[in-house]
Amino acid sequence: MTDAAASRGASPLDPHAAVAAVGGGVAPTGTAPLRAADGRPLKAALQRAERVNRRRAFLLVAPLLLFVLVTFLFPIGNLLKQSIWNDGFVVHENFATGTRTPIMQNLGGWFDANPPGTPANEEAFAALAADMAQLRELRAQGSVGTRINYEVPGTRSLFTKTARRADDLRPPFMEAILDVDEDWADPALWAAMRGASSPLTLNFYLAAVDLERNAQGDIVPVNENRAIYRDLFGKTLVLSLVITGATLLLGFPVAYLLATLPLAKSNLLMIFVLLPFWTSLLVRTTSWIVLLQSQGVVNDGLVAAGIIGDGSRIQMMYNQMGTVIAMTHILLPFMVLPLYSVMRPIDPSYMRAARSLGANSFTAFRRVYLPLTIPGIGAGALLVFILAVGYYITPALVGGADGQLISNLIAFHILDSLNWSLGAALASLLLFGVLILYWLYDRLVGIDNLKLG
Amino acid sequence: MNEIATDIRPEAATDEPFVVFDRVQKSYDGETLVVKDLNLAVPRGEFLTMLGPSGSGKTTCLMMLAGFETATHGEIRLAGRSINDIPPHRRGIGMVFQNYALFPHMTVGENLAFPLEVRSMGRSEREEKIRRALGMVQMEDFADRRPAQLSGGQQQRIALARALVFEPELVLMDEPLGALDKQLRETLQFEITNLAHQLGITTVYVTHDQTEALTMSDRVAVFNDGVIQQLAPPDELYERPQNSFVAQFIGENNKLPGTVETIAGDACTVRLEDGSVIDATPVNVSEPGEATLVSVRPERVEFKPEVTAGMEHTVEAEVLEFVYMGDTYRTRLRVAGDEGFVMKCRNSLDQERLSPGMRIRIGWDPRDARALDRV
Ligand SMILES: Nc1ncnc2c1ncn2[C@@H]1O[C@H](COP(=O)(O)OP(=O)(O)OP(=O)(O)O)[C@@H](O)[C@H]1O
Ligand SMILES: [Mg+2]
Repeated sequence: MTDAAASRGASPLDPHAAVAAVGGGVAPTGTAPLRAADGRPLKAALQRAERVNRRRAFLLVAPLLLFVLVTFLFPIGNLLKQSIWNDGFVVHENFATGTRTPIMQNLGGWFDANPPGTPANEEAFAALAADMAQLRELRAQGSVGTRINYEVPGTRSLFTKTARRADDLRPPFMEAILDVDEDWADPALWAAMRGASSPLTLNFYLAAVDLERNAQGDIVPVNENRAIYRDLFGKTLVLSLVITGATLLLGFPVAYLLATLPLAKSNLLMIFVLLPFWTSLLVRTTSWIVLLQSQGVVNDGLVAAGIIGDGSRIQMMYNQMGTVIAMTHILLPFMVLPLYSVMRPIDPSYMRAARSLGANSFTAFRRVYLPLTIPGIGAGALLVFILAVGYYITPALVGGADGQLISNLIAFHILDSLNWSLGAALASLLLFGVLILYWLYDRLVGIDNLKLG
Repeated sequence: MNEIATDIRPEAATDEPFVVFDRVQKSYDGETLVVKDLNLAVPRGEFLTMLGPSGSGKTTCLMMLAGFETATHGEIRLAGRSINDIPPHRRGIGMVFQNYALFPHMTVGENLAFPLEVRSMGRSEREEKIRRALGMVQMEDFADRRPAQLSGGQQQRIALARALVFEPELVLMDEPLGALDKQLRETLQFEITNLAHQLGITTVYVTHDQTEALTMSDRVAVFNDGVIQQLAPPDELYERPQNSFVAQFIGENNKLPGTVETIAGDACTVRLEDGSVIDATPVNVSEPGEATLVSVRPERVEFKPEVTAGMEHTVEAEVLEFVYMGDTYRTRLRVAGDEGFVMKCRNSLDQERLSPGMRIRIGWDPRDARALDRV
């Protein structure tokens, strides 16, 4: 508004410009710089006006910006850092005093001096023994053991056991330590320690896609019975696609009905669509359990109606089907709303025009109506898919063993196994996946075609 | 016309008019009739306009003809054949909508190709027809544009071309020019009528702009309240309105309420409320004593003594206002207590300029004053 006013002030009606024009006998443009009514150069006046506007706009968004920065961007940055940075093997933090002590320095020195793949020799075991003594002093053996345990399961006790007897170790250290536990000879363990001795590592990402480094430091697939993440990513993808498809199939007709009904009626129907938002997620999910479990309402009804026998009740809960059904229901509004907002303004005369031009109702729908709803379909599908990919609570409740999604495993690593770095790596992969999807959508449909409401 | 996609074919052995509404009624809510007993026949090649105030049922009639609404009662026939049960896409009727309804996701060319594609027409034939249709509306260079990149008038031209490209015999237009400015409207009015006559298509046109109706149409059907008030060529409509609604709706009109004094054949006298007597032609009155509304066009009112001298009855009038309008003078008078009486005189060299406060006597040829129903 302000700059509109300013530019109006810059018209050839500007008294100064007019004087210049009369005096010089030339056109006012391009000779003297245009001046605003108070005599300052117009450009400066305009910039000033815009600066004030910009500052005002910034102040308006500043609180939200701060909020997002503190509660969203910072944690995400932290998460990304966690996924590639874990110093649990090289620094011990005493939580009581807050002091950070470097640890495993001797072993780190040996790793630096010897290339990957060098078998552990007496020198290495001597370094290990010295570090063990330090661990014992700091009582850090537990956390260091846990760090290595992430990569070589079952090794935490090795550290605690050896640190406990660190003071008794005498040269030759190799023999002494192997005497404590011969698992110390495992080259995979040494490879893991070598990896952990530099806090910056991609090992968690490797683990997140079922890869690991062998003793030589090469990247190899993990043992088949430990490979779970790739399958889980795949399953999450497939289930999310199924859920997206189901919400689209169910939501499209509803949105169409809503969009074509008179406003009074569609508002009423809209309440039913929005109803799920008004009840707690937990209540909704548990009510699905009540409905769908094998002793649930649906199965009881089917048995009572004689459609299925009592012995062959359908398993609809605690498996993938339960996850799909419950999540489709929960995510349906996210599909209906963008569709509705795209369909509502579609003028009915488009369809009429198509029909008057000779298209039957199916052709008219396919060639005219459907293309006009693409922005809504895209927005709804993207929204539902992204939500589904990261959904946690519903699969946790109704998914059973086989309806778990990747987010449940992330939660497991964050909450139970406390392998934050792996959890962060998994979550980052999910984040990158969603970003790639977003980018693909932009390439295929165009983000500016997105209509969320 | 392409034979594949339409069920309407010229019937050889019928001389019935092309479009026939036969006692058609329409109700949306089951309580009120939006269209009441509509009888209308449109011969082949005619440009018929439906004119009427908002809500009078014009669009409803058009929608019934196009097949988007069903008649509650009665029959609509096209080329001698009842179309009540034929779905819209098989009627082969071209249609132009008020908001153009150009498909926004298609280019102009694709929009025009649409009706040809659904008729499975070959590519080369399609392109030829599209080119010809765009040529008709002088828009050859715009085939690759999107509708959003066109001005309102250009969009309207494309909409017209799209409705004509599949060569329908009947074209319906629902206020196609309603959203355009006056000048553009006039240009397009001219183009539409020209095109319609050139191609020999039958056109049913809906508008509530009476100038548009008068300038474009062969015949005009004046709608009010779901009933055709009068169906006549424009000049007859203007000069010989059949009732006071038509007189009032078409053009500027002076109405003088009164009672029929004497009536003899095609002449009558009417006593106005202030007691003065005027001459008129009886239209909707048959007996003395009947209440009537006499309608006189402003340009048919005379005041010059040399003209009024020969008249049997004249009325006294007081000049209230004199407005210079360029080609005419518009004088507002008080006649029989009514202050809205208007007289229009041509602006010629010898024309007398009246001034407010003057008292004059006015009169008219009895054929120009029509004694209509009193509403
Ligand atoms: N779909 C509908 N449902 C119910 N009533 C309707 C519907 N369409 C129109 N009407 C009613 O029918 C009457 C006639 O409507 P119609 O649209 O035919 O008028 P119109 O003459 O085209 O008016 P306008 O000049 O404003 O377009 C109006 O009173 C309108 O409210
Ligand atoms: Mg209408």
